This record gives sequence, C-alpha cells and structure tokens, in this order.
Amino acid sequence: MPPVTANSPGATDPGRIRNFCIIAHIDHGKSTLADRMLQLTGVVDARQMRAQYLDRMDIERERGITIKSQAVRMPWTVREGDQVGDQAVLNMIDTPGHVDFTYEVSRSLAACEGAVLLVDAAQGIEAQTLANLYLALENDLHVIPVLNKIDLPAAQPEKYAEELAHLIGCQPEDCLRVSGKTGEGVPHLLDEIVRQFQPPTGDADAPARAMIFDSVYDVYRGVVTYVRVIDGRIEARDRIKMMSTGAVHELLELGVISPEMEKAQALGVGEVGYLITGVKDVRQSRVGDTVTINIRPAKEALGGYKDPKPMVYSGLYPIDGSDYPGLRDALDKLKLNDAALGYEPETSAALGFGFRCGFLGLLHLEIIQERLEREFGLDLISTAPNVVYRVIMEDGAEHTVTNPSEYPTGKVAEVYEPVVRATVLTPNDFVGAVMELCQGRRGTLLGMDYLSADRVELRYTLPLAEIIYDFFDQLKSRTKGYASLDYEPSGEQKADLVKVDILLHGEAVDAFSAIVHKDKAYNYGVTIAAKLRNLIPRQQFEVPIQAAIGNRVIARETIRAIRKDVLAKCYGGDITRKRKLLEKQKEGKKRMKMVGRVEVPQEAFIAALSTSDSPDAGKGGKK
Amino acid sequence: MPGQLPDGDAVPADGALPDGTALTGRGFGVYVHVPFCASRCGYCDFNTYTAAELGGGASRDQYADTVLAELALARRIVNPPRVDTVFFGGGTPTLLDPDDLGRILEAIDRTWGLAGDAEVTTEANPESVTPESLRRLRKAGFTRISLGMQSAALGVLAVLDRKHTPGRARAAAREAREAGFDHVNLDLIYGTPGESVDDFAASLAAAVGAGVDHVSAYALIVEDGTRLATRMRRGELPYPSDDVAADRYLAAEAALGAAGFSWYEVSNWATSEAARCRHNLLYWTGGDWWGLGPGAHSHVGGVRWWNVKHPSAYASRLADGHSPGHAREVLTATDRHVEDVMLRLRLSSGLPLSALDAAGREAAAHAVKDGLLEERDDRLVLTLRGRLLADAVVRDLLP
Repeated sequence: MPPVTANSPGATDPGRIRNFCIIAHIDHGKSTLADRMLQLTGVVDARQMRAQYLDRMDIERERGITIKSQAVRMPWTVREGDQVGDQAVLNMIDTPGHVDFTYEVSRSLAACEGAVLLVDAAQGIEAQTLANLYLALENDLHVIPVLNKIDLPAAQPEKYAEELAHLIGCQPEDCLRVSGKTGEGVPHLLDEIVRQFQPPTGDADAPARAMIFDSVYDVYRGVVTYVRVIDGRIEARDRIKMMSTGAVHELLELGVISPEMEKAQALGVGEVGYLITGVKDVRQSRVGDTVTINIRPAKEALGGYKDPKPMVYSGLYPIDGSDYPGLRDALDKLKLNDAALGYEPETSAALGFGFRCGFLGLLHLEIIQERLEREFGLDLISTAPNVVYRVIMEDGAEHTVTNPSEYPTGKVAEVYEPVVRATVLTPNDFVGAVMELCQGRRGTLLGMDYLSADRVELRYTLPLAEIIYDFFDQLKSRTKGYASLDYEPSGEQKADLVKVDILLHGEAVDAFSAIVHKDKAYNYGVTIAAKLRNLIPRQQFEVPIQAAIGNRVIARETIRAIRKDVLAKCYGGDITRKRKLLEKQKEGKKRMKMVGRVEVPQEAFIAALSTSDSPDAGKGGKK
Repeated sequence: MPGQLPDGDAVPADGALPDGTALTGRGFGVYVHVPFCASRCGYCDFNTYTAAELGGGASRDQYADTVLAELALARRIVNPPRVDTVFFGGGTPTLLDPDDLGRILEAIDRTWGLAGDAEVTTEANPESVTPESLRRLRKAGFTRISLGMQSAALGVLAVLDRKHTPGRARAAAREAREAGFDHVNLDLIYGTPGESVDDFAASLAAAVGAGVDHVSAYALIVEDGTRLATRMRRGELPYPSDDVAADRYLAAEAALGAAGFSWYEVSNWATSEAARCRHNLLYWTGGDWWGLGPGAHSHVGGVRWWNVKHPSAYASRLADGHSPGHAREVLTATDRHVEDVMLRLRLSSGLPLSALDAAGREAAAHAVKDGLLEERDDRLVLTLRGRLLADAVVRDLLP
C-alpha cells in the first residue's frame, strides 16, 4: 500500500474531490472520451491502453454499450485558468446508458455533483440523453454541455450548441468542444470539471452513510460493491451494515479504482470506492441501499432506495429438453450479478420445461438471453415478451397475470395494463409518421416541443405492451433511423384487453396465447394462424388452426392432410438405405413437439415466436 | 439399385460371412446386375454406365466371365439347397447378348441348381429386344420379362430421356408373349413434370391393353445428382407434387383394379397370385439372395453386404481373387424387426399383429381408426389411403 498523502483515499480533503458522470447517447463517444481522460490523468499509460478500457463485459464492448457502471479515481492538476496548479481528485462515475436501467442511472447520478452532457456534434441530442439530462437536473447536478467528435467533417457544433443552450438554459459559447478521438479540448474539459463542479459536502463526524450505486459479482472476489460516502468514514476493518435489511457483513477489503482495484485504509466524505464483504449474491448488496457502520449505525438511510421490479416477462425454454438443468444453473449464476433478474420454473405443453423470467425491460431481456446462449452455450426458445396485467373479476377477486396462458377464465370486470411516458426526438419531417405510429399503438399525446428549428420532442403516454411489440423497429424504419426513444414507467390504465388463444386441432397452444387489445385481436389471430399454416408440415389428417377469444373463433386456417408419404420403390438394394432413412425420420419425429396429435417441429415454434417483432425497443442508435 | 452405397463394416478379402451366419430357409434368390445402358436417362441414378463411360477391363464382352468369377467365389461361401428365383437387372441386361445371359444362368444352375419351377426374370428396355432375341432368351431358360415402358406419352418419355416410341413397349410385350413368356411386366412411372391426367390414363390403358399379367407403377423420384434434379433446381422443370402423385396412384388402382389386377405390394399389381414377382417377394419377406455384379446387394441370414460400385473396381477385385464386397452390416434384432415391419406392411398379405409390441399395437389401433389400416385375421393390412401413407404408418408402429 502506498504511503498516505494528501491525495490518498481516506485522507483526501473533500474540497479537492469532484464526483461527476458523463451522460451520453450510445455511440456519442463516451467510452472514447473516458479512455482519453484515463491517459491524460496518467492512470493508464499508453502501453496498457486498450479501446473502451472501462467496459469489461464482452457484450458491452461488442455492442458499444455500457451495462454496468464503474467509478474511476483520477488525479488532475489544473493546467490553465485561475486555479492553475490546483491538485484535484476526480471520480468519474460511469452510468449505464439505457432506458431499462433508469433506476441505476438515477443512483449513479445521486453519487455525483456534476454531469458532463456529451453530445455528438454531428448528431445532436437523443431521447435517452435528454431523459438522463432531465434526471441529472432533477438531482440538482451542475451540467457542463460538451460537443464531441468535432474532428468529424459532418460536425455542426454551432447548430447543436444552440440546441444544448436552449435545453439547459446556458449560452451556446458555454458548450465545450472536444474530440475524444484526437484528445483536442479534453484537458480544458478536465480543468472545467474542477472549476465548475462543486466539491462534495458531508458531515465527517456523523455516523457513516454511503450509497451503493453499483454492485457486481466477481467469480474470485464475490460481490464488489461500489459506494459513494456521504457522511462519516468507513475503515478497512469495520463491520458494515446494510440499512434496508439490517444485514451485517465483515469488511474484507475496501479501496478505489484507478483504474484497477487499489486497496485503501479508509474512504472519507465525498469519496468513491469499492467494498468487498465476501457475500456471493448482489441481492445482499443492492443498488440504492445505504451502508453504515455496525458499531455506530446511522439512524436514517439515504433516500431513494427502490426494489427492482420486473416490467417485462418472457418464457425461456431450452430447445433441447435435457438442457433444462443447465439453464437453471446458468440463471442461478447470472442472478448473482443481477438483482433485477427474476425467474420461476414454468411448464409449457408446447415447449416443455423452462422458466418464466422477469426483466427490467427489453434490453435487459436481450442481454440475459444473449449471455445464456453465449456464455453458457444454451440454445433457447423464448416466448413473445409480455407485460404484467392486473385482472379484476366480477366477484372482486384480483389476479396478477405474468403469463398470458394463466389469464383467468370466468367473468372479468376490469383489466389494467402498465403504461409508460415515452419521449421521442425526431427531425420535424417525420413528426407525422411518429404520431401515426404512436396513435396506432394506442398512445396519447402529452405534448410537443421544438428543441430547435428542425428537431421535435414528442411526449406520449403509451401502453408498455405496445412498446415491447416491435415499436422501436417501426420507429426507426419510419424515421429513416433518425428518431430516438426513451420511456419510463408511468403507472397503469384500464384497457379493453382480451386473451387470444391459438388452437391447433382443437388444442390451445399455450406458447401462442396473447393478451391484446380488443381491436387488435383479429389481426393477431389472423397473422399467427397464417404463419403457423406455413410453418407446420402437413399431417396425416387435416389440422385446423383457430384463433379464439374464449369460445369464439375469430380466425381460421387449415393445414390440409398430407396425401402421400411412401417411397415408391423398395428393391433388395434399397432396404438398407430405406431402413436408415426411416431411422433418421424417427429421430426427427422425436424432436417434434406434440400438440395433441399434431407434430410440430421446434423450428416452427422458433420461427413463429421470433417474429419481426423482435425485442428491440430502446436498443439505442446502433443499427 | 441406388447410386449411393450406404456405409458399413469391412468385408474380408475372401468374402467369408461372420461365424454362425446361416441361411434363413425362406427361399434363395440370385440377382445379377448388368451395369450397361445404351444411354443414361435423366432421372436415373442407378449403377449403370454407357459404353463411353467404361474403359477397358470392364467391357461388355468380358462381363459374363467376370460375373462367373464372383459366382465361383460365392459357391465357397453359401450352399443353398436350390435357387428359387433369378433376376437380371440393370442397367439394361438385354444389352448383353442373349447367349451371355444364358451362359450366366447356366452357371448359376451348375453352381447351386435351379429349382424346377424357378422364376427367371430379366429387365429389358422395349427398344433393346426383338422377336428373335426374346425367343433366344425364352430358350435360354428365362420365364419372365419386365419391360421399362414408363409412359405412353411422347412428351413424358422425352422428359425422362427414354428412347423408345410410345407404341414400342406394347409391341415388345406382345412379342414376348408370342415368344412364349407367360409372365410379362410393364413398369410405369407417374408424376413426371408435364404429365397430364390424360397422359397417365392413356399409359394405364396401354399397359392393360398389352395383355400383360403384371404392372409396376412408381411415383417419379428425383434423385440427387441426376440431370433431372439439376433441371428442376435450375427451374427448367417443376418439382413433382405429392398431391398429384396421390391422384395418379388412385387412378392406377382404379384402372388396374377394373382390368382385373390386384395390388400385392404398394407399387405392384398382378392378375393372379402366380403372376406376382416371386423374386421381389423374396426381398420383402426376408429371404436370402446373392447379388452378383458391381454395386449388387446381397442378404444371407441377417447379413447384408454390397459390392464395390464401379465395374472396373469390381473386375479387378475378382481378377485378384478377392471378394468384390465393399461393406456389410450385420443386422441386430432391432434392425430385423424394423425391416420386417417396414417391408411386410407394404404387402397385401400385411403384417401379423404379433409382430408388434404393445405400443405398436396401440399405434396400429389409431391407424385403423384413422382409416389407414385394416385388421384382417390378426394381420394388419394397409387401406387404399394407407398405402399412400405407408411410411408414416410404419413410423408410427415402430418404437
């Protein structure tokens, strides 16, 4: 451990500390700017440098998105201006850049005093950035607007400086201009971070209170908890207490990230660092919770803690039934690192044994699915994602439905569905197209503002169910890729919803049941029935495919019976070949899923479920 | 005989069968493969060669002697009490001189002894026989002839690359009867692209009118690697439709039934029990046979083997005194059961219920309910609709 200096963790004057985050849209260059900062502050030398240094997971680096946040401590000596020569300690707290993780974003923001609003000078602000900007302003963060990628030929810094100034209420010349790629303007930005952002304030003598803004499971070290100390001090040998649960843990290690883990003796007011206690599950160390010291606990937790609540559900089934235990183990492992992931065993007559999983949103679902397939080598079928419905029966009984096939039978009085407040930013040429889309998805316009002469912000209330159904793809295709979307949960609404069942030869196929708006039921039924007719091979008997609401059939297709399934010739020399062919066909038959007496190939389920309505909403600008 | 040989275990150089292999006692046949054709037909993937495709050493002139060499080897390996059936297939066996065919038949008789009532068949193309050659074949001991008529429609014959004219098959059948053949078969192919309902009706009428006692009718199978498959892939010809094939099959059953033929195997009809092809029945009822010639398959007591495919390789193996066997498989009890169900169910004599396990009998009951099988005297027999779905029924009956 290095000798304690004025800049050592636990001994740093809060007045020197600046805690900040960078708010940016997905490909606006946040990681590249962070890389440049790491180099300029000397915490990573050129030899160690690799692109997107802080993004640890493969999926993050490949998709260019940050799922898990991090916090890096960087020393910085002001180079210019009235504070030249001042030594500062900068904590850069990375925020997840996605709509599904709004709560995590809000906790990261709560750990900062300032935010760098980073906008691509060739593209302007996007909906998610705007949403996070509003979050930052709600958290009373000071915002430094920065235009990035000024080296690009297509950059229009003047235009977008106007836009940012309009949004934040500053002057266009207050917008800094940098290039994360070339490093131009970055030292000045670091100087401005020291000059403009407030140092943290807190009561050094009060009982310790630190806010957890991230919690990551590491195979070797157990859960690593990232905290920002608000009051008091946490020492390396303390026993800490989680205020939401009262659980007490022995502290095995604490330290800071710079940019690898560095052990320290203590963390004081305003400092940002990590704690390791040996717990194995991030659920025991939840984002937003308050950490205090067991022997001298704080009386009140810091505000803002929420339990993560799944918004979107989907059934995950192994394509090969024998992979079921493997899927369970994989989910158990992912859960260690993901407090928001929930799952329960589920049996589908059509798909076999699987799990009904709850997710924060569609990206979350997609990430989990991709990790299960990539890291655990599983082949999965997932059912169409659905939201949570609250169904009230005429007798007053209330059901929470997370799986359409469990929709109650009997007399339903009212159904409630979750709604979101959505923000769409679009060039004004496409306003009509966006409005048409939102209205078609049962949206209610809340308001519309011009951010600049040619960019419009549209605010809608939309049923969440309508957003998880290919909304984002539609939005992108109708606006030539220019529009961006953000949304946040906004309660529930009563809606005229019905459950549509799909019957194959008279038997309902649970995997295809869906809860849809009454006006869309027919369309759903016709579409899926037609799709199945093309996907299911002809059987020895005629197979009707019906879409039904209760007992009322709303659409019907027929798979005609197969009329010939016999090899014409079978001479002496054909016998071995024919037997082998038969054995192969028998194997193929075993892989069929039986729905009643109908043999349905796995591929038909996969193809019917993986519609063009892929869970794509809010994936961001990477297309 | 298909062009692609299956995989299997190695055959020893002397061709010896595994210890303990014994003849089944269900009859013994000899198949003689003649791998020559005047030209190759676009739909054919059989093991056959035109003169241009074969170099020296495997020529048509020396072919009979090469077959006799294999027969000499066979004699050391199996010793059946008599030969019940002989079948010359190809290729076009009648491209060999009737004397060559007669010489091979005589050698078979010398080797194992032909039964007094032995059935001796040769395949022939209508254009490759004459009244004279037919008389010589009859004299050499052939009792049955199978003519590749395929169709009576000129357009269909053209798509199939068949060289004969529509009337020739009928004339050849008449000539065969005049030459003293009691049993004459005509082969028909249906479902060829471009074939109309009327084309096939005319083919059936022509076959029935030719006065033969046996008709085989096969749905066109498009085999990979054939010229026909290439033309379909390129979109020059449409793929055959199963629904059309089903309609044609029903038409065949109706026309042949009306003319006094009854089915005894899904693709074979005969006017009497005596007119049925005993050699093919031997295949379908698990009998033993030795297949002579390149690519020929044999079966003795649960061992199936097949010869090297190319006539030159075949000839050189025998010249070295080695078995021409390419590979073989020893059937397990399960294999035998599968084959038994698969083959017997295709016959009008059907499958004994006792051949099935409990699950198989339950599946059979379902098939009876669905109108695909009938139960007659503790035997399961395909219905007309069931004959068209025979493979599906077989899959259901097997575990």
